[in-house]
Amino acid sequence: MDHPLASRRRRQLVQGAAAAAAVGSLGFPAIVRGQSDAIRLGHLTPRGVNLAVEEINAAGGVMGRKIELIAEDSVNPQTASTKAERLIERDKVVAIIGEISSASGLAIAQVAQRNRTIFFNTGCNSDELRGKSCNRFMFHTEAANSMYVNAEGRALLRDGMVKGKKWYSLTADYAFGHDLLRVAKRFMQANGAEFVADELVATDAADFSGYLLKIRNAKPDLVISNLAGTQITNFLKQYVEYGLKFPVAGFAFDTAVAWGAGKGNVLGIWPLVWDSQVNTPASRKFTEAFVKKNGKPPENQAWGDYLSTKHLAQAMNEIKSTDSTKVVEHLEKGAKFDLLKTREGYYRNWDHQLMMEMYTLTFKPPEQVKDKWDLFTLSAPVPGPNESLEVIAPTREENNCIMPA
Amino acid sequence: MLVQILEQVINGLLAGAYYLLIALGLSLIFSLGGLVNLAHGAFYALGAYLAIVLAEHVGFAGAFVLSPLAVALIGLLIERFLFRRFYREDPALGLLLTFGLAMVAEQSLRWVFGAAPIPFSIPPALKGQILVGDFIYSRYRLLMLAVAATAVAALWYLLQRTPFGRVVRAGVQNPDMVAALGISLAPYMASIVGISVGLAALAGVLLAPISGVHPAMGAEILTASFVVVVIGGLGSFWGVVLAALIVGVVRGLTVYFFPPAAEASMYVLMLLVLLFRPRGLFGERIQRFE
Repeated sequence: MDHPLASRRRRQLVQGAAAAAAVGSLGFPAIVRGQSDAIRLGHLTPRGVNLAVEEINAAGGVMGRKIELIAEDSVNPQTASTKAERLIERDKVVAIIGEISSASGLAIAQVAQRNRTIFFNTGCNSDELRGKSCNRFMFHTEAANSMYVNAEGRALLRDGMVKGKKWYSLTADYAFGHDLLRVAKRFMQANGAEFVADELVATDAADFSGYLLKIRNAKPDLVISNLAGTQITNFLKQYVEYGLKFPVAGFAFDTAVAWGAGKGNVLGIWPLVWDSQVNTPASRKFTEAFVKKNGKPPENQAWGDYLSTKHLAQAMNEIKSTDSTKVVEHLEKGAKFDLLKTREGYYRNWDHQLMMEMYTLTFKPPEQVKDKWDLFTLSAPVPGPNESLEVIAPTREENNCIMPA
Repeated sequence: MLVQILEQVINGLLAGAYYLLIALGLSLIFSLGGLVNLAHGAFYALGAYLAIVLAEHVGFAGAFVLSPLAVALIGLLIERFLFRRFYREDPALGLLLTFGLAMVAEQSLRWVFGAAPIPFSIPPALKGQILVGDFIYSRYRLLMLAVAATAVAALWYLLQRTPFGRVVRAGVQNPDMVAALGISLAPYMASIVGISVGLAALAGVLLAPISGVHPAMGAEILTASFVVVVIGGLGSFWGVVLAALIVGVVRGLTVYFFPPAAEASMYVLMLLVLLFRPRGLFGERIQRFE
């Protein structure tokens, strides 16, 4: 998911240094290739990518060539743009992987489009990146805001928290939050919920006590968080501190947010793109390897970074080329990928969004928590096994994408 | 509605304590040493992290005492080997030094503890809410206020009622005269830095249970604390105290009436204050800074 100071807090939350991963250089002139035989990947979020690269190289690399990773910190949209440019022009990466902030993601996407280099977005949620700002060289392993809202929305509908219910929402006041609020409102209108209040929260707010007093007086049926990053951590800790009893839900979440709040400080029902509880052989294998390497379980961001790198390598191996345009064509033809989930997924051809299952989570009572990583229970995948993966994704009517040439 | 506004005002007064412990130290180091300590937030973060580490071994109460002391010791070392060289230099050099220190501290925390927030909770004995009529208060925050008030009172006593405080106050106004009287300001300055960063660490310990503990938490709170110092007026003890409370109340009221501007409200307030009182509310005329 996504952030304001955006980039800053979420970046801090999820990794600290973000890197734009750019992958190798087969598509470049012979003279460049002569300098290094490795395929280079630029990365703007180092978590999980290293593991993917190790695994790819151990398995013979891409067409027999090793993958080499160049990690950079993207900091803000301007720096992200400069660094993406440098990764492509100086380091000759064949792809960029990573990013967290939708604003920086957009900047990288523009560089990628101009240089015809692939960019895998692993952490920016805005629908707009898949719609109005879409482009041919950008692919989204991270789920779109619509997918988060629809996955979460199903759980809320199931629990009778929508129709005729009064919602009190807090929304992060920047591009990501606005995008999420727009999608959330669409869901509310379609399903008959109403706002008792709908408030914007500045991205540097750390004290929520004033908001909590207002919520207490408004007596909503449900409190909705459209916040991101450490703001969710602060909000949850203080919500528990003030002992409010209204149910809580959110439309964006990171596992690290829950870990940062800790046992006894978490509540509500939240959407998630992946968690290590997903019980498939590939998911268990990834989790084991990640724990061995990092001493803690992987969270959703690591999953996105790991998966994008694997998908890119797989695609290049399948078509025996690192040429960006050919990789794009291959992906657009609906190439199937393992997602460490029950069902395989594919990048939808008209907006390049990864079609996949999502989850929601609910927190365990403190006495059932085994260790500091084990805070919640994951739902069954959404959509269900007999539904199309596209039912939770934005439609063309909602979020049309016209790829620039 | 009036009741709800009153509720926000009182809550704002409580929230003002958030900034107070940090702003007071900032103001002291600046008025005595002429050093704008951009690393002050880092000591706050360090206090929070140390508290989490220490609490595992000695509990919250132990951490509450030991963490500020440990950070004060670190502060003394930094004063002795770094700050001391910069009191009489161009202020820009001090800015560069403390900005660099802040970055080193933040990255070190990231290196050791990771970038993600780490969990910490209110001790069970201090959890809960207190209802007064229609108003709700967090028991922990009331305690926090009591601790902050005690610390402020102790600091006031030290500065205003002891020989130590007299030298410090003289040093703020005219360090050369103090030197001419044969008093070395160096140990006083060291003590002031130790006390100031210790207070920042105390704020870190107090806030860790109710906000996210992450490497950039220091940078986050620093800006607001500076605003408090500027509004209150450099060198003015009560100015800073008053400013912290006003900032808390103004923010609370903005949350009530127009939440998107809640964080911006303190900057608008600063602007207004500076328009009419360029030295801040109670800023003293300090000859060497004019």
